[in-house]
Amino acid sequence: MKRRDSLKAITLSSLGFAGMNPQIAAAESITPPDVKPLKVPGGRQKFEAERDAKLNADKFFTPHELKTVTILGDIIIPADAKSGSASQAGTPAFIEFMMKDQPQWQTPIRGGLRWLDNVCMKRFDKKFADCLKAQQIEIIDEIAYPAKAKPEMSQGVAFFNSMRGLVATGFFTSKMGIADLGYVGNTPNQWEGVPADVLKQYNLSYEE
Amino acid sequence: MDVPQIKKAAKVYDVVIVGSGAGGGMAAYQLSKAGATVALLEAGGYFDPADPKYINQLKWPYESPRRGAGTTRAFGDFDAAWGGWEIEGEPYSAVKGTEFHWFRSRMLGGRTNHWGRISLRMGPDDFKRRSLTGIGEDWPIGYEDLSPYYDKVDDLIGVFGSKEGLRDAPDGRFLPPPKMRLHEIMIKKAGKSIGVPVIPSRLSILTKPIHDRGGCFYCSQCGRACQAYADFSSSSVLCIPAVKTGRVTLINGAMCREVLTDSKTGLANGVSYVDVPTMTEQSVMGKVVVLAASTCETARLLLNSKSARFSNGLANSSGVVGKYLNDSTGASRGAFIPALMDRKRYNEDGVGGAHVYSPWWLDNKKLDFPRGYHIEYGGGMGMPMYGFGFGMEGRNSLVPGRDGKPKEAGGYGASLKDDFRRFYGANIGMAGRGEPVPLESNYCEIDPNTVDKYGIPTLRFNYKWADAEIRQAKHMQDTFEEIIHAMGGIPLGKKPGPETNYGLEAPGKIIHEIGTARMGNDPKNSVLNKYSQAHDVKNLFIVDAAAFPSQGDKNVTWTILANSWRTSDYIIDQVKQKNI
Repeated sequence: MKRRDSLKAITLSSLGFAGMNPQIAAAESITPPDVKPLKVPGGRQKFEAERDAKLNADKFFTPHELKTVTILGDIIIPADAKSGSASQAGTPAFIEFMMKDQPQWQTPIRGGLRWLDNVCMKRFDKKFADCLKAQQIEIIDEIAYPAKAKPEMSQGVAFFNSMRGLVATGFFTSKMGIADLGYVGNTPNQWEGVPADVLKQYNLSYEE
Repeated sequence: MDVPQIKKAAKVYDVVIVGSGAGGGMAAYQLSKAGATVALLEAGGYFDPADPKYINQLKWPYESPRRGAGTTRAFGDFDAAWGGWEIEGEPYSAVKGTEFHWFRSRMLGGRTNHWGRISLRMGPDDFKRRSLTGIGEDWPIGYEDLSPYYDKVDDLIGVFGSKEGLRDAPDGRFLPPPKMRLHEIMIKKAGKSIGVPVIPSRLSILTKPIHDRGGCFYCSQCGRACQAYADFSSSSVLCIPAVKTGRVTLINGAMCREVLTDSKTGLANGVSYVDVPTMTEQSVMGKVVVLAASTCETARLLLNSKSARFSNGLANSSGVVGKYLNDSTGASRGAFIPALMDRKRYNEDGVGGAHVYSPWWLDNKKLDFPRGYHIEYGGGMGMPMYGFGFGMEGRNSLVPGRDGKPKEAGGYGASLKDDFRRFYGANIGMAGRGEPVPLESNYCEIDPNTVDKYGIPTLRFNYKWADAEIRQAKHMQDTFEEIIHAMGGIPLGKKPGPETNYGLEAPGKIIHEIGTARMGNDPKNSVLNKYSQAHDVKNLFIVDAAAFPSQGDKNVTWTILANSWRTSDYIIDQVKQKNI
């Protein structure tokens, strides 16, 4: 019997006494604490499953931060003819998880978002998320190209490099991103070698 | 409920084996098949690659909330191995100014749950280092002693490869090798142009089904453990079949404290351990004790097994236990191959690992370092995992865009998104794995100040690389660039120089450590005789890599298996002759 079912069974069996004992009736009427037993998924150790459950229950980004991450994500990986955008692939939620899973991200990303808002406040009197699209792109253009960025934007460059990496990883490891990339493995097959047309394209052969 | 009592088990097993990795698994398999009753002790939990409870194979990155990142498992969220370089409650330390990283897998099969299935034989010269080069140590046995056992291991476990007739990389009884991937053909061609041999890898993966195990289905995920048992891990191929004989009692969660000895005879008579689930003290008795807890754990066990008779630790009258600790050298480099941009997509997962490698090809007499290395390769259109896409700002300006115009590094938007498609599968990596010279000054010892959560005194390491290894790493880096340039590739990042010991990985990072209870003919400077039998305790044997005086540049698993089988045969023979 699953633990949840056994708890249910205890509750049902004790109902018979409820009419006789007001204390038990009172106890029964209190909503029981959430004691859902943790299911350990296949391939996980128990401590990993517990850790994941805790991380998923925690929140790191404020709504404003998450909104900014979402806008940045879709600037980095927008929808195009082949696939959707970073946010459509669930990338912001992945980035939120990584902040909790690997806390060394927290200061550079939270601080970077703050740096970005501060630059926008100075120039446009608005936070990044509240800026017009053209204003957002004006700032992004100054931090997205490390080789030509001005020295005073170097912290923004470092932040944007991190965001570019996180967004790309999040997108291309999603179902949508994997289909876009064209990875066709992870399935039982027979490896017969490089297809003949590819060998021909590179002017290579197995007989050398 | 009764409080659990400390009870001595009444049963006396023919053999008690500590550790279920390659060495312990092979000994349990051979000794139980020969009719012995065996207690097989494993510090970690039970593991069966075919049980859905444990399966990570064929999962997609998005089935991991961290997309496969190595937050709780050093080699990624789907890697089979539990444990790692850091285990809560099981600390170790290093003397200031020295360094060693100790990787442990607490589970059935031990560290065979984390390895590249690279299954190399040592060559004839690898056993005779002192005679041939004047430094290092000779083994008390030669290739001719292990060769029949390498053959038997090939047949029992399965390994693919090709007959090459190389003296330093002896051929085995091989299954057919898989065909090269595209970048591997390019590496081979480049190698040929500069005199670096590139030959089919030798991996214990079943390109044809043998015995009652399944054949490889080419998912490239041996590191996640194979539910078809199509690769070698000690759990699926040795321990589980050994338990099926009905003569092996597998005790999981048995964290060994000491080898027990009879104070009158000085013989080993059992092992005491902490039963991890109940945290109670237990012991198990046996007529023969076989240690295979891993190089450093075996040394720790011996050094902690002190008694009036063995005040220096068990089997340690020589004082050599813990000394001559040595790990493979390792250095690596990545490259971008412009010719591989905009590739046609097809499934090139292949087997788990490279289909080719470069065995050592030069003569150290003509070089400024005494030992060789081999090169392992990576690359291809693999499954995107955590880390994919990082660092594009260091790459996308190296070649013109689709329109033929130069591109600014970094960027964002549709053009950047397209770059990820264009660059996918265009990177390669190479890693050298070299032979170190074992030194007495590199050792582990019992830390006088620290115990683990079981109350067992822990290890303190003292390990520094010497010039021989640093010069070898320099040579690796030069070779990597030569190969990359011969392929028309662009090396990524800055070339590692003297400031980082040429990218030489810290000791322990390659997880090939050996040598802490080495075999030899002279009991004054070795722990074991040529049958891996303790000089001081005739019914105590060591069948992990602690027994090895040196390791060549040959990842030692295959030698552990061959030597454990040979030792098992000797134990059977000695029991029959009533010598033990």
